[in-house]
Amino acid sequence: MIRLTDLTKRYGKFTAVDSINLEIRRGELFGFLGPNGAGKTTTMRMIAGILQPTSGRIEIAGDDMAREPVRAKSRLGFIPDRPYVYDKLTGAEFLRFVAALFGQEGAAVEHRMDELLDLFELSTWKDELVESYSHGMRQKLIISSALLHRPEVIVVDEPMVGLDPKGQKFLKELFRAFVERGGTVLMSTHTLDMVEEMCDRIGIINGGRILTAGTMAEVRAQTAHGDTGLEDLFLKLTGGITDREMDEILK
Amino acid sequence: MTALPQPSLTTIVLPKWQGAVNRLRQERSGGSGKIFTLALVAVGVWGAIFGICFRVLRYIQSTTEVGVPLAAKFLSILLLSFVSLLLLSNLITALSSFFLAKDLDLLVSSPADWLRVYLTRLGETMLHSSWMVALMAVPIFTAYGMVFGGGALFPLVVTAALLPYFVLPCVVGTAITLILVNAFPARRTRDLLSLIAVGAFGGVVLMFRVMRPERLARPEGVRNLLDYLDALQTPTSPFLPSEWATTMIMNWLQRVADPLPVVLLWTTALAFIVLGAMLHARLYHAGYSKAQEGAERFVRGGGWARLLAPLLRRLPVARREFVLKDIRLFFRDTTQWSQLILLAVLLIVYVFNIKSLPLFSGEKVPVFLVSLVVFLNLGLAGFVLSAIAARFVFPAVSLEGKQMWLLRSSPLDLKALVWSKYWTGTIPLLLLAILITASTNLLLQAPPFMMAVSLVTMLLLTFAISALALGFGALYPRFDTENAAQIPTGFGGMIFMMSSVALLGLVLVLEAAPVMGYLRAQLMGRPTPIGPGMLASFAAVVAVCAAATVVPIRLGLRKIESMEF
Repeated sequence: MIRLTDLTKRYGKFTAVDSINLEIRRGELFGFLGPNGAGKTTTMRMIAGILQPTSGRIEIAGDDMAREPVRAKSRLGFIPDRPYVYDKLTGAEFLRFVAALFGQEGAAVEHRMDELLDLFELSTWKDELVESYSHGMRQKLIISSALLHRPEVIVVDEPMVGLDPKGQKFLKELFRAFVERGGTVLMSTHTLDMVEEMCDRIGIINGGRILTAGTMAEVRAQTAHGDTGLEDLFLKLTGGITDREMDEILK
Repeated sequence: MTALPQPSLTTIVLPKWQGAVNRLRQERSGGSGKIFTLALVAVGVWGAIFGICFRVLRYIQSTTEVGVPLAAKFLSILLLSFVSLLLLSNLITALSSFFLAKDLDLLVSSPADWLRVYLTRLGETMLHSSWMVALMAVPIFTAYGMVFGGGALFPLVVTAALLPYFVLPCVVGTAITLILVNAFPARRTRDLLSLIAVGAFGGVVLMFRVMRPERLARPEGVRNLLDYLDALQTPTSPFLPSEWATTMIMNWLQRVADPLPVVLLWTTALAFIVLGAMLHARLYHAGYSKAQEGAERFVRGGGWARLLAPLLRRLPVARREFVLKDIRLFFRDTTQWSQLILLAVLLIVYVFNIKSLPLFSGEKVPVFLVSLVVFLNLGLAGFVLSAIAARFVFPAVSLEGKQMWLLRSSPLDLKALVWSKYWTGTIPLLLLAILITASTNLLLQAPPFMMAVSLVTMLLLTFAISALALGFGALYPRFDTENAAQIPTGFGGMIFMMSSVALLGLVLVLEAAPVMGYLRAQLMGRPTPIGPGMLASFAAVVAVCAAATVVPIRLGLRKIESMEF
């Protein structure tokens, strides 16, 4: 469903993403892990069509993002890590606007919008300006907007930031249900427990390169780490702080 | 527990200073062309202000009886106008620097005491709201010093007069803001203040223009000389700091030793700082806490969108909703629509100026002169339109800023985005252009030929000016500011205004020959000579305006396509 071929992004001399090759299949929830500045967000923003790759190729269900951007984007729902929306629109106006960007309008959109706002407990806020929403509410509004046009693929960057435990649980169930119905989710997160619990496959990126990718068992096998948890595996691959360094800091 | 050592004032100011230095470094690394252009424009503006002031003061000085009082009166009016602008500017700036700035959470949660916070923020407010007036003051006071022999110490005297003169409106503005924030939520206060400030600024400009200060230089309009001298020598008000600053400066220029204005200025400024600090100690904490609440919840601006929705029905859904979204956002953002008040003032002043032309002093004016004024009026109207486009069309792309992720990740064609923005800005501009040109031409009783030429030219110019504004707005976006009024004040806005003026100049030059041909024919009583020369000139104008419409939009579109968010 998502295929990345030799995907590279350079900012001047700095290479943020370095020749990534990755395939995420239909009906799969893929966890994208990596330390801060590893290249996760850059990769996801390229997949969403926001950033242009320096080289390489992105395909969404066979549609090339460079050649067929409109077709590729119409299959996607993108949820960014920072919920920037138009403060002076109401929640309902924002959703109607997003639906229009995807060429949809009318009674079907109104119905879908009510359904999603209900689901995310935003119905009572529907006609309030977004500037009065909390961070979590904005996040829920953006998630609703990404689901509005019934995408085939969801690309989501740090979805749990700002959500309350109830919202987090609901989102986990939502993504699982989405992939079980044949959708595809590419999710970046730092919540490793959630990745272990939800994801069919994971990829760990550092310094713009994918260090390892596969199911949890495959990743353990590739890195010869037996039965270790994801946290240990992640720290081993990306480099973590030693006990001695920790003692120094807390001294 | 022993008291914590307090950070110095420098420590608190340092991050802002370092940020400014780093920004400057970034600008410098962007190429020397930008700095050179800015320097050139600054020198040009300073030179023009200095030139005008110098000539006017020289002329005034030559009229020996009233020379000095007249110069003092002008200075007093000028400083009084500045003080009202400074007060308004401080009111708005204080809201941001004391209550809404992003770094305040860090500062307020740190153990820095309230006095340090007050003094550093007061200094910052003063700097942000007074720098433009301070820059304007340089050429004006240079002219005063040169004409009246201020000597080498004159800059020091002016600095000593202006420093407390800047402090006073800053303390008063900050105190009013502090009280307002305690009474209303900060965001509502911001809306309220932008409205009051823009309205009051418009009022000051209008009052200044309707007073017609140029009449002061023509005493023949006054009943008798004694009345005139009396009007010149009466202070505007002896309790205003602008009057004290004027007296202090004029005393130096006339070699009068009088310490009173100096003492008044400095003691009042220092006393006001103490009073302001006491008020800050009492009210700031509660006000800051209140400023964190109360984002606006009620909705307005839907009426316009509903009114226009049927007109836009034929557009594809994405474009229609995009235009409606822009209209809603415009009318819900007070900093945006309140500028319409300024626009109205600008237009009234413009029409008033046309009406005040000596053409209408009762005598019969030749068609030649009227036609010439109508032709030159094109340039002036074009300039007014450029200023309006700079304010309303130029920020269009920058305002999408942080939401660009949504537009870029959606299947919306960027070309549709740019053209939607173009027409949303151009149609109101076009209506305005036709209104200005037709009304001023009617006032001037323009002949039909000149009316037709100016209307068609204005139509073409509007398309081009709007495209230039949108194009340069995309080429030089400012995504960092939330205030739309600040967006055109940068380098891009300046380049747009320069290009726009160049376009106006080129169009006027191209049309000069056929218009002169028409005027010559009128003088000689012959019919209007419509020949290949005239047609070629008008065709060139059409070509230039078409190019100035298409090229900036294409460049802007290319820039948006290559933008990285």
